[in-house]
Amino acid sequence: MHMSDALLSPAVGAAFWAGSLGAIGWSARKLREGLDERIIPLMGVLGAFIFASQMINFTIPGTGSSGHLGGGMVLAILLGPYAALIVMASVLTVQAFFFADGGLLALGSNIWNLGIYPCFIAYPLIYRPIAGSGISAKRIAVASVVSAVIGLQLGAFSVVLQTFLSGRSELPFFTFMAMMQPVHLAIGLAEGFVTAGVIRFLISARPEILESASSARPLSLDVSFRRVAAGFLLAAVFTGGVLSWVASSNPDGLEWSVQRVFGKPELPAQGDAAAAPVMKTLQEKTALLPDYSFKKSGNTETGKNEQAWPAPNTGRSASGVLGAAIVLSAVFLIGAIIRTMRRKSS
Amino acid sequence: MFDNEYFNLGYLDTLSYRDTVVHRLDPRAKLVATVFFILTVVSFPKYEITGLLPFFLFPVMLFSLGDIPYRFILKKVLVMSSFAFFIGVFNPLFDRQPLYIVYGMELSGGWVSFASIMLKFTLTVSSALLLVATTSFPGICHALQKIGMPQIFVSQLLFLYRYIFVLSEVTMKVARARDMRSFGKKGLGIKVFASIIGTLFLRTVEQAERIYQAMLSRGYHGTIYSIRPYRFRGPDAAFLAGALTACCLFRLHDITGALGNISMKVFQDLI
Repeated sequence: MHMSDALLSPAVGAAFWAGSLGAIGWSARKLREGLDERIIPLMGVLGAFIFASQMINFTIPGTGSSGHLGGGMVLAILLGPYAALIVMASVLTVQAFFFADGGLLALGSNIWNLGIYPCFIAYPLIYRPIAGSGISAKRIAVASVVSAVIGLQLGAFSVVLQTFLSGRSELPFFTFMAMMQPVHLAIGLAEGFVTAGVIRFLISARPEILESASSARPLSLDVSFRRVAAGFLLAAVFTGGVLSWVASSNPDGLEWSVQRVFGKPELPAQGDAAAAPVMKTLQEKTALLPDYSFKKSGNTETGKNEQAWPAPNTGRSASGVLGAAIVLSAVFLIGAIIRTMRRKSS
Repeated sequence: MFDNEYFNLGYLDTLSYRDTVVHRLDPRAKLVATVFFILTVVSFPKYEITGLLPFFLFPVMLFSLGDIPYRFILKKVLVMSSFAFFIGVFNPLFDRQPLYIVYGMELSGGWVSFASIMLKFTLTVSSALLLVATTSFPGICHALQKIGMPQIFVSQLLFLYRYIFVLSEVTMKVARARDMRSFGKKGLGIKVFASIIGTLFLRTVEQAERIYQAMLSRGYHGTIYSIRPYRFRGPDAAFLAGALTACCLFRLHDITGALGNISMKVFQDLI
């Protein structure tokens, strides 16, 4: 359920990047304040551990399909939220770079969905109160399952929200939600059982790791329940601010979808109304062949201007198809030429 | 599947140590250019197809100048496309308004926006993969730090990257051992998985302790230094400027449409 670049609009992608960056910066500062620097290599190796463990699959009972560990909850329980967020973000970053899971713009949203919810909501608000400070196996099991499920539900909901705000997909909000939430209920249960199993195994094998983890790490919740809440409020206000600011200059985002919620299905105006004049002057200034006037003839039908549904136009389509063929063959020809030239020279 | 992922990771890493024009560019220049490229591509409205095509120039140039085997990258792109594909494929169902008529066939808006999503997907994902294939991961980390990522996050990335290879090997052995001992569905369930992961975790922690001792005895006190100098030179600036200008040009002007119009005119004149 990694979010994908292709489904995001720049405004939504940037807003969630801002939120995630803020959380990473904040966690980094928190960690440095109370830093026992032994935690740095531990974090690094644990990141690799999560990464490696995701490569082993297990069968989900009753379905026959297989799943793997998400890892957010395990990390939060073992390291505390701040370090866990940094580790989770680093794992997602490597995945974005090497496996192209999602993409670079979507990385901000993925850190938000898979890192921030388990570390800063599910862990402090659900896991800690249920599990308490002791190491009762039953409470830990219940706490792990409940918090993993809720964390993943939030993440899945967030994917729906991001997709919807970006407006690239036609899926109606509630249909998409009805698809995502149940699927992630199953995944969340599996994740919860695995988390509980891992923690229980560790308690029986090396109880001192968990004990030291819960005493030594910076956030034992008795201190900062309020601060976490305050931080979240701040983050929410900040993100909302960014979102609405971007949205006001670009109906692509929030405004457009809000209008859509209020039922104007014919509304195609997803171009950038405010940015349009700027784009236009830039366009005129940089025009290469003014004779052919590069009018975005192909683009008016994307709803760039006020025109609603354009009448389908045969002539324009034909020239579009022809132009596409020319551009593509030119691009690949350039590639082929460079390649053969390199081969010859080497 | 596991072996594949692991070797892919190693292969991308090997690719990044080649020595070509693209590989020699400063990581910062490549990172900024790639991010700008992705933002430009994603900023196209949802019914855009023709405007996206000129953008293929960027990955194609990187492929050919960087001497990257295109089949390897394209295979990865194909494998990863599932989520975008799964979501995008609903567009034709929900949006049936005809948008174009191409040679007598009506093309609905949904198909157009679906194609646009897949084009954007190919462009963004291949450019991100190409960034790694032409820049070593430590180089990218360095660039991230210069751009202002917190030090602790960058060290975390470097550590993670270094130990992925070590731990992957251990994990591969463990997974193979489990598979050899399980028959049918027995042994592949959650219970065994949890204790395998637990064992793996313990090994990891012990390894971390040893690493920490080793680092301490070599004078570590919280920062990782790099000997390799990175300098932003003329070619880097030229590359960055060229990439940014091209992105802006392609975004602002409908090159494809213009070429189409010109060639249509030429075509009609000929007849």
